[in-house]
Amino acid sequence: MKKLMSGNEAIARGIYEASVQVASAYPGTPSTEILENLSHYPDTYSEWAPNEKVAAEVAFGAAVAGVRSVCIMKHVGVNVAADPIFTSSYLGVNAGFVIVSADDPGMHSSQNEQDNRHYARAAKLPMFEPADSQDCIDMMKEAYLISEEYDCPVFFRTTTRICHSKSLVSEGAKQEVPYKPYSRNAGKYVAVPAVAAARRPLIEERMQKLEEYSNHSTFNKIEFNDKKIGVISSGVAMQYAREVFPAGTSYLQLGFTYPLPKKLIRQFASEVETIYIVEELDPFLEEQIRAMDIKVVGKDKIPAMFELNPSILRHALSDEGFADAVIETAETKIQAVPRPPVLCPGCPHRGFFYAASKLENTVIAGDIGCYTLAASDPLLAMDTCICMGGGFTVAMGMAKAFEAAGITDKKVFGVMGDSTFFHSGITGAIEIIYNGGNVIPVVLDNRTTGMTGQQDNPGTGYSVTNDPAEKISIPAILQAIGFQEILKPNPLNLSAVEKALNLALESEVPTAIVWESPCRLIKREEFAPIQCAVDRDLCTSCRVCLDVGCPSIYFVEDQAYIDDTLCVGCTVCKQTCVFDAIKIKKMEE
Amino acid sequence: MLSEKIKESSLIKNIVLIGVGGQGTILVSKIISSALVTAGKDVKMSEIHGMAQRGGSVLTQIRYGENVHSPIISEGEADILVAFEKMEALRGSKYLRPQGTIVVNDYTIMPLPAATGRVSYPSSIVDSLREKYNTISIDAGEAAIQLGASRVMNVVLLGALVEGYNMTEFDWDRALVDNIKPQFLNLNISAFAKGRQLAAETIIQAAI
Ligand SMILES: Cc1ncc(C[n+]2csc(CCOP(=O)(O)OP(=O)(O)O)c2C)c(N)n1
Repeated sequence: MKKLMSGNEAIARGIYEASVQVASAYPGTPSTEILENLSHYPDTYSEWAPNEKVAAEVAFGAAVAGVRSVCIMKHVGVNVAADPIFTSSYLGVNAGFVIVSADDPGMHSSQNEQDNRHYARAAKLPMFEPADSQDCIDMMKEAYLISEEYDCPVFFRTTTRICHSKSLVSEGAKQEVPYKPYSRNAGKYVAVPAVAAARRPLIEERMQKLEEYSNHSTFNKIEFNDKKIGVISSGVAMQYAREVFPAGTSYLQLGFTYPLPKKLIRQFASEVETIYIVEELDPFLEEQIRAMDIKVVGKDKIPAMFELNPSILRHALSDEGFADAVIETAETKIQAVPRPPVLCPGCPHRGFFYAASKLENTVIAGDIGCYTLAASDPLLAMDTCICMGGGFTVAMGMAKAFEAAGITDKKVFGVMGDSTFFHSGITGAIEIIYNGGNVIPVVLDNRTTGMTGQQDNPGTGYSVTNDPAEKISIPAILQAIGFQEILKPNPLNLSAVEKALNLALESEVPTAIVWESPCRLIKREEFAPIQCAVDRDLCTSCRVCLDVGCPSIYFVEDQAYIDDTLCVGCTVCKQTCVFDAIKIKKMEE
Repeated sequence: MLSEKIKESSLIKNIVLIGVGGQGTILVSKIISSALVTAGKDVKMSEIHGMAQRGGSVLTQIRYGENVHSPIISEGEADILVAFEKMEALRGSKYLRPQGTIVVNDYTIMPLPAATGRVSYPSSIVDSLREKYNTISIDAGEAAIQLGASRVMNVVLLGALVEGYNMTEFDWDRALVDNIKPQFLNLNISAFAKGRQLAAETIIQAAI
C-alpha cells in the first residue's frame, strides 16, 4: 500500500534505498528531519557534523574512499560548505556523492531567502529538484547513478514545502551496491593548481554530456495538450501551476534542472503558442531560456520573492484571460493579534538577557539560535545577528570601531549558543585573543541545539543515534585559546549573573562567560518538580515580572497570574519581585 | 475549459487546522490523513511548524480527493477550519471560502503581547466568526477535563470536525488505533465520541 510521507522522510528513504553508507549533516530548518529519519535505518552511518563544511568534507571523503555518501544542510549551510563543494566538482567522486540543500522560500525559519539553484550553476554540478515525496525517493536513487556515471557530486535542491508536505509514495527495495575499491590517485584527488587545471576541461565535457542526459531524463517530460498555452516549471511551483492554468494547458515539467534540457525546451517552445515560466524565487530557468532567444512570460508577472502559492499565481496572472477569478474571502470584523515566538518558560537564556538588559551602555552582538528571541520585546537585549558564528566576530569589529572612534564607555559582548560555538564560534574566540579585542565572549550552553528541535552536538555527550559520545568542554577550549578567566554562573540566578557580568567587565585578563544550564525541552534531563504562583495578598500588580518575557505570566483585570500548565519553576520572575509576591509550590500533576 | 477545471477542483476537499504549539494539531492531522489514506484517497498535507515549540501558531493543511496537486491551500479555498484556540480561528479564517465552516474551540491561550497588556486579546471572537461563517463553537477544554485529561482536547476537536464536516464515512476507529498508544486509546475514543456529540448538539441548536 502507498504510504503518506513528508519530503524529508522520503529523502531519507531514497538515501536508504540507494544504499548510502555515510551521511553527515548539520541541523537547520527545513532539512533537519532528513538525518533524524535516516539515523533509524540500518546500515547507514549517520552523524551530526559540527558544521556544514565538515559534513560536505566527510561525505566527499567517504565517496572517494568508495561508498555512497550524502551531506545534508539548509540553504545557508551551503554557504558554509561552499569551499569543498566547489572544488569537489573538479575532483569528482569514486562512489556516488549527493549534496542536499533545503531552501526556505518565504523565510519561515531562516535569516535569508537565497535561491540555491545558483550554486549548481556556479559550481557546475548537475541538479535535481523534486516536486513531491515520490520524486524525493526516485530522484535520489537516480542522483547516485548520475554521480557515478558522470564522476561528479550531484546537487539535490528541495524547499520547505517539499520537505514539510506529505504525499503518497511507494517504497522500493534497498539496492545492492558493491563497494568501489579505493586506490591512491593524486592526479585526481589532490587539488593542486596543475591537477585542477588538468581537470578543468573535463568539467565542461561533463556538463555537455549531462545536457544530453537532461534532454532524455525521465524527470524532464513534456505533456502536450492543446498548444495555446505551455508552462515550464519545476519543484512545488509545478503543482501550483497545475491548479491555476486551464485544462488543456501543455506542460514541460523539469525535475533535472541543471544543465537544462535545451533541445527539449526548444521542441516545446516550437509547438506551443505562449510559454509561461512558473518558478519560485529567482528567474533561474527564465534567464537561461530567454538567453536561448525564446519568448516567455515569467517574472514580469510572477513575483520573484517569497513563497508562491496558487492564490499568488492566480493574482499574478489575473489579466491573462484564463485563470479562474481570484477567490474571495470573507473578512471578520475583528482581527487576531500577533502570536510571536518567545523564549520558553524556564529557558536558561532568559536570566542572562534579563540581567544584560538592565546594564547601561552595553552592545550585544548576538547570533542565531533560540536566544535571538531576546532581541524582541520585552527583553530587547541584542544589537546584531547575521549568521551562525558571527556573534564573537561582529562584536570584535564593533569593539575595534569604538576604539578607533575614541569611544571608551561601551561594554561589548559577543553572544552565541553551544551548537553555534562548535559550528563556527571557535575561530571568533581565537580572533578576540589573537587580535586583542575588548570583547567579552558569552556562550549560552543549554546543552543542545535548541532552535532546530534539540539535536545533539559535540558538547552534549551523545550522538545522533543517542549513543554516548565524547563530550567536548567549551571552557577547556576557551582556556586553550587564551581566556585566563572563565566564569560559569547559573544563568537562572539573577544576582549571580549580575556579579559575573560585572566581574567580567572589570577583569584585567581576557575573560569569557559560559552559562551551563540545560534547555527544558531536552528529554533526558530531569528537573525539580516545582512551579511559581502569585500570592494575591502580597502582589501589588506592579508588572515588573512581565519584563522577563515569560509566556506563563499574564494579567487579567490588573491581577497577575502564572499559568500552571506552562510554568516550570525557573524562578527568574520570582527574583524580580521586590514584594516577594511570587511563591514556589510543588508542580501540579 | 474553465468549467472542467472548476469541476476538477471542487472534487478536492480542503481542511485547515490551526492552533498554538503544544496543542496537538499535528497528531490530529496524522489521524485524519491516515483515515483518508486507508479509504484510498489521494492526500497531501502541509505543515508549517518552524517556531511551534516557542508558542507560535501552527498551521496544518490537508487536501484530499482523486488527484491532488498543490500541497497548500490558498486563502479563500478551505471548506472547513478547525481552530484549537479561539483567536487562532480569526487568524486562520482567511483561508476559508465564504460561508465555509469553522469548528472553534472556545478556549484562550494568551499570546505574550496580550498577556503583558501591550495589545489586547480581542473580545467577542465567536460572534464575529458567526457573522461570516457557519460556526460550530464547542468547549473542548472543559470536555477534556471532564474526561480526565486536558491533553485530549485535540481529539475532542477531531470528533467535532468529523461531525461538523460530515466525514463519518471514514474508518475512524482504525485511524485512532493506528495512531494512538494503546494505554491512551480508550480515553481518546471517549474524547472523539464526546467531540462528535458536542458538535451534533451545536448543529441542532443552530437549526432550531
Ligand atoms: C549556517 C547555518 N546552519 C544552520 C542554521 C540553522 N540553525 C539556526 S539556529 C541553530 C541552532 C543553534 O543552536 P545553539 O547555538 O545551541 O542555540 P540554541 O538554539 O540552543 O539556543 C541552527 C542549527 C543556520 N541558521 N545557519
